[in-house]
Amino acid sequence: MKDFGKSRRQMLRLGAAAGLLANHERALAWQNAPRPLGIPLGPYGERSPFEKAVRWTRDSKTPETGSSFTPLADSVGTLTPSSLHYERHHAGIPTIDPLQHRLVIHGMVDRPLSLTIAEIRRLPAVSRIVVLECGGNSGSEWAAKTGADVQRSHGLVSCSEWTGVPLSLVLAEVGVRPGAAWVIAEGADACRMERSIPLAKAMDNILLAYGQNGEAIRPAQGYPLRLLIPGWEGNTNVKWLHSLKLTDQAYMARDETAKYTDLMPDGKARIFTYDMEAKSVITFPSGGQTLPGPGLYELTGLAWSGRGRVERVEITTDGGANWTQAHLQEPRLPIAFTRFRLPWRFEGRDVVMGSRAIDETGYVQPTREALIEVRGVNSGYHYNGIKLWKVHAAGTVTNVEV
Amino acid sequence: MWKFSLVVWCIALLPAQSSKYGVGRPATPDQFRELATAIAPDGTGLPEGSGTVAAGQELFAARCSKCHGTKAEGAIGPPLVGGQGTLATAKPLKTVGSFWPYATTVWDYINRAMPFDQPGQLKPSEVYALVAYLLNLNGIIAGNQVMDARSLPKVKMPNRDGFTTDPRPDVGKKAAR
Repeated sequence: MKDFGKSRRQMLRLGAAAGLLANHERALAWQNAPRPLGIPLGPYGERSPFEKAVRWTRDSKTPETGSSFTPLADSVGTLTPSSLHYERHHAGIPTIDPLQHRLVIHGMVDRPLSLTIAEIRRLPAVSRIVVLECGGNSGSEWAAKTGADVQRSHGLVSCSEWTGVPLSLVLAEVGVRPGAAWVIAEGADACRMERSIPLAKAMDNILLAYGQNGEAIRPAQGYPLRLLIPGWEGNTNVKWLHSLKLTDQAYMARDETAKYTDLMPDGKARIFTYDMEAKSVITFPSGGQTLPGPGLYELTGLAWSGRGRVERVEITTDGGANWTQAHLQEPRLPIAFTRFRLPWRFEGRDVVMGSRAIDETGYVQPTREALIEVRGVNSGYHYNGIKLWKVHAAGTVTNVEV
Repeated sequence: MWKFSLVVWCIALLPAQSSKYGVGRPATPDQFRELATAIAPDGTGLPEGSGTVAAGQELFAARCSKCHGTKAEGAIGPPLVGGQGTLATAKPLKTVGSFWPYATTVWDYINRAMPFDQPGQLKPSEVYALVAYLLNLNGIIAGNQVMDARSLPKVKMPNRDGFTTDPRPDVGKKAAR
């Protein structure tokens, strides 16, 4: 404060010494301008009222079931704020008192166990930054009429830091009996969402997650406890988890037979299609945006793979004829958003651009045409084709008509 | 004999040998009962009770037709009938009759999730009846067949063999490393 007063006096002296009356008056005016105090401190933060990015929810006659989409074009960096994480519910979000909640592990185990959330939090924990993608993400892209912007076409994917206890550790506690091969996971939502998980995966890298981005998991994400299965379709990551039953067989739940199976052109459907394959999308420029005019821009987007790290992202700005390697932001974590960027000069002419991800297994993100050639257009789930955007000469950006 | 029982009892009270952290409590029979709703395709878990097609038809009109249509043709909720023979066409219709591989799944799903606005209230016999009605409506069982824990798992759904394992990666070629 002292220094501030001093510099102000110096300024006044300087103005007077120079005989610059106008400057002197301006300085006086500046001196008298009131500066209202900001808002006080608060217990739980809010974003700036000027920030308007929100999830988009598809119209539904039953708002308790449906999905909301992350505004990917508004996201910077590689993490999704918990408030903007995509949602997919089948019977609404239950309100669960963590003190009343129990996880019961039963079936083919030596010691059937009931655990409180406090007891689960007592166990050795790990944190992992993991992308979570709905098996139906980009499902609109199978059809000729595709999503108009990146939120609608790709918004059922988000990336968070998840904290929890390895499921393998808890299974060791209960003692899995010989012959057990599956874990039937059930949520405490009204419809008791159920999925069968192979025991081998349960012993590998599944988390019983209670934390998201440094705090408790949000209610919409499964508070107080969910399964977190890195790289597998979102539906298997059962939320509001209250039961794990060890069995010798898959239970053929509705969500792994009638839904989340991929119907092929020959009428056969693929079952237990868990992996989310490598995928990427350009978020700037992308559908619905307008470039102010020709000039140098930084093209950017997100890439991920359910099978590990993103090794490379290639960009085309000529409709797929030529491909240039984009810069990948480090650290590149396995099964997490990887941010890519590439300087690009907009010449004020029509451009069709797209990105393709290559993951550490060598898998190359395919074109939409290649996917359809093998799987037809009625498989519904696991779409990961290259997404093309058209930047028009005037600067508007649209989906490419197919 | 009492000595043997005592020994068994004492062993039961011993802390489990390989439980490293010793957290939690033994799950109680009450908890099992509440969570024993999952039904396996071989019928494991199916409760006592039975239901007829006629009872199911009545119940469907009262509890289900609001969303699924009076003849299960679909409204707010999806259609539950028809579609057999369409799976390999340009417009496949996936229903209980044309697509679902196991009748036990129909029982399990109605029991856990239906009616949509009031799940968890149907009695086992009501669920058997609804399943019987839907299976009959799809031409899978006769009108006089009764569904219970023994008959339901024996029902062979038309699309029972319509599923294959995941062959992915199935599209595109690998990149040069």
